Amino acid sequence: MSVDTSLPVLSPKDFASDQEIRWCPRCGDYSILAQMKKVLPTLGIPKEKFVFVSGIGCSSRFPYYMDTYGMHSIHGRAPAVATGVKLANPDLQVWVITGDGDSLSIGGNHFMHVLRRNVDVKVILFNNQIYGLTKGQYSPTSPTGTKTKSTPFGSVDRPLNPLSVAIGARATFAARSVDVDIKHLCNVLERAANHKGTAFVEVYQDCNVFNSGAFAFASKKGEKEENVIYLEHGKPLIFGKDRDKGIRLNSHDQPEVVELGKGVTEDDLLFHDEKSEDMNLAFLLASMRYPEMPEPMGVFRCVEHPTYNEAVYDQVKSATERNGEGDLEALFNTGDTWTV
Amino acid sequence: MATTDVSGANGKISEQLDAVVIRFCGDSGDGMQLAGTQFTNVSAVFGNDVSTLPDFPAEIRAPAGTLGGVSGFQICFSSSDIYTPGDEVDTLVAMNPAALKTNVADLKRGGTLIVNEDAFEKSNLSKAGYESNPLDDEESLAAYQVQKVPMTSLTRDAVAELGLSPREAERCKNFFAMGLVYWLYQRDATPTEEWVKSKFAKKPELVEANLKALHAGYNFGITTEAMTVHYRVDPAELPPGKYRKVTGNEAIAFGFVTAATLAGKKLFYGGYPITPASDILHELSKLKNFNVVTFQAEDEIAAITSVVGASYAGDLAITASSGPGIALKGEGMGLGAIMELPMVIVDVQRGGPSTGLPTKTEQSDLYMCMFGRNGDCPLPLVAPASPADCFHMAQEAMRIAVEFMTPVMLLSDGYIANGAEPWQIPEMSSLKPIKVSHENRQKDGEQFMPYLRDEKKARPWVVPGTPGCEHRVGGLEKSDVTGNVDYSPQNHQYMTTLRANKIAGIADFIPEQEVEGPESGDLLVISWGGTYGAVRTAVKHSIKEGLSVAHAHLRYLNPFPKNLGDVIKNYKKVLIPELNTGQLRMIIRGTYLADAVGLNKVQGKPFLISEVKQKIREVIEDK
Repeated sequence: MSVDTSLPVLSPKDFASDQEIRWCPRCGDYSILAQMKKVLPTLGIPKEKFVFVSGIGCSSRFPYYMDTYGMHSIHGRAPAVATGVKLANPDLQVWVITGDGDSLSIGGNHFMHVLRRNVDVKVILFNNQIYGLTKGQYSPTSPTGTKTKSTPFGSVDRPLNPLSVAIGARATFAARSVDVDIKHLCNVLERAANHKGTAFVEVYQDCNVFNSGAFAFASKKGEKEENVIYLEHGKPLIFGKDRDKGIRLNSHDQPEVVELGKGVTEDDLLFHDEKSEDMNLAFLLASMRYPEMPEPMGVFRCVEHPTYNEAVYDQVKSATERNGEGDLEALFNTGDTWTV
Repeated sequence: MATTDVSGANGKISEQLDAVVIRFCGDSGDGMQLAGTQFTNVSAVFGNDVSTLPDFPAEIRAPAGTLGGVSGFQICFSSSDIYTPGDEVDTLVAMNPAALKTNVADLKRGGTLIVNEDAFEKSNLSKAGYESNPLDDEESLAAYQVQKVPMTSLTRDAVAELGLSPREAERCKNFFAMGLVYWLYQRDATPTEEWVKSKFAKKPELVEANLKALHAGYNFGITTEAMTVHYRVDPAELPPGKYRKVTGNEAIAFGFVTAATLAGKKLFYGGYPITPASDILHELSKLKNFNVVTFQAEDEIAAITSVVGASYAGDLAITASSGPGIALKGEGMGLGAIMELPMVIVDVQRGGPSTGLPTKTEQSDLYMCMFGRNGDCPLPLVAPASPADCFHMAQEAMRIAVEFMTPVMLLSDGYIANGAEPWQIPEMSSLKPIKVSHENRQKDGEQFMPYLRDEKKARPWVVPGTPGCEHRVGGLEKSDVTGNVDYSPQNHQYMTTLRANKIAGIADFIPEQEVEGPESGDLLVISWGGTYGAVRTAVKHSIKEGLSVAHAHLRYLNPFPKNLGDVIKNYKKVLIPELNTGQLRMIIRGTYLADAVGLNKVQGKPFLISEVKQKIREVIEDK
């Protein structure tokens, strides 16, 4: 008699929970959910090993809609919850689902620390540049001057750039995609899933109720080709409908758009190196913002470093090797004792 | 009762005493905590009952010699059971004028005052606000037996041959002071000598210097004409067994490691440093080979939420903090409560509000711990009575958390946390096991119900990774049984009541309230937490003096033991002494409609036995 030990073949359907999805019609979150359900069955990980942890906000309802283990936690704290989950049970693949307000306002602190520690969790930030759940106030990624209910005269805050923050916290994996760019998003999620260490993915997400079209430049067919640039490791930075434009560093080492031909060849362009230990290139790419520059999509940085959870367990292991397995009686009897 | 005899070749008188209180005080760099700790150790090893009270300055390092920089350590050691570090000091060691000024009022009349004469020079005197040298003023110190000892110069001379820098040489003066006090109370210095040898193993010159200073101090006691009497305190008759000294924070760490070992689980500690709770983190981080994971989080909120995550993932998870940190953890505790996950939150209370008195003790977080979460969110509260009791109550807290699937709060305080007492090392076989069961059924087509309940109203605890039990939890109101999000009015009412009933039901599984003293009478004194020792002693004395008074010390604050209401009815009056403005009193009055009166002190200091005794008499005599 043979025993089948192979993993069951899973499909996206296996990851769908029985809960009614309550996002607004045409919300960008639907696409991200759909791509996640497509990617997970391809990873060769049993379904029960996934844990989705979220904070608060529209995006953070995500765990309810996945038939995995999940926790809808509290505002901004999902990275800290996920750190606890991963430290308690390093066998799990832990995903953090968060939004621009959740991760960069109230949770800015935890966001920074999960990245700098390199805890092996995947952080997906749904960026729609608005507070959707609380009905339309500006967020920490909204451009200065954004008019909302709380900023009728326009916001005066300067926005954060999530990728710059992530790279500044020494993220070992940092990437960006767009909700409707289905294939690209799938690819980025898959790469995040396979990264060892904190993987950070910013997804441009359309809130069609409170901030419709904020990322039209990056999603609209026929326009996006001129406005975004797809990063590929080891390849030159080329973009445009006719792939006739590229990015070159000028004499001040600043990126500039150049047209190919007319004396400029591919060899003159900036080449992408996602494995560079130096973070300058990733910073430079993160600083390229529409409309001045085409915005990069794809993996900005992907380097290998020991993970926090491994380091924690290495210490447990070496302490146990050095001192032997904990013996309570011996512990209690250390130091000065006396008998009555 | 003191007895005297003349003993020893040098004809000094040895007087026998039952209990002695000593206080070492000096500048925060003078090594007074070390001197106190070592004296406690040698007394404990000798077999005395001991109780200690360290008193740290609030400033990290106030300018040397100033009143704000005085650090003290008080020890009571005795030949019989004691419960407090004592009211009045028998022997005060003051290393400088500031220490004398801030401490001399606690020295009893006729007590011994040992001062480091060298430190009483102009600049120190003026920093302490003395216009003239109090040592020259016979009248101001006339009530005490003053021993002026030039400790700095004697120490310098004792270590002269070792070639240390003057600064290094003078730093040994605390060992000189210890040596002198060891002589005065006939302590065997061996444990301290061993400690010095291992502590400075890599610096043999410091081993020698400290030992020379210690012996010089001891020999000074033998030879000096000024000291004619020394004292003996016999070993105490503690229950037979093997003992060691523990502080409250050590005992909490031991208690949790024990709970995890008994349950066969990993212990996860997520914390953020804060006085006076940090030592729990320090103790646990040393114990990684006990399958302990410690996580120093980025803030208090990350500490509690990491604990929520670790508990969800199946660890026995704990955090510890002090008042301001607990305030920040409120939302995370609420999350743990609605998700019904086990965890323990330790509050080592200190003076508040806000940063308050970071190094001083108080009991003023009871309201916060009882009520300080949004929504209707009762949590179990337990409170150890003494440093050694922390070992037991930490296990109790974890047992309640696991059995009832709920966060539990453990209320310690600065007095318990830093204080030390003998702890009878338990036999492993005597410890109550902690049973953990994780739902692990294989998929059988039936849907797993995460909010199905057992007879204690606890829901199942599933470790993620278990096939077939995939489920979602979260902060939104849940429907019972299915755990699905449900905001309906009836459901919220039902779940709020259910959670409250679950916590109230714990009363059926905790010990009934006991009283010390008569089962009925004029007065019941109710106390909780670290005031146990002072109240217990005050009640004992009052009973001896013929008063009709009993003592109920609460270790379970929510729910209360189920007989507490009946116990209260057996007495004409109720007195509740607390180191706050009456928090337990309001809760007792509200719960049992008992006309309790309070004795309340918020000075950052524990009760004196005499304060409690006086109040007992006043209440009984209705003054």
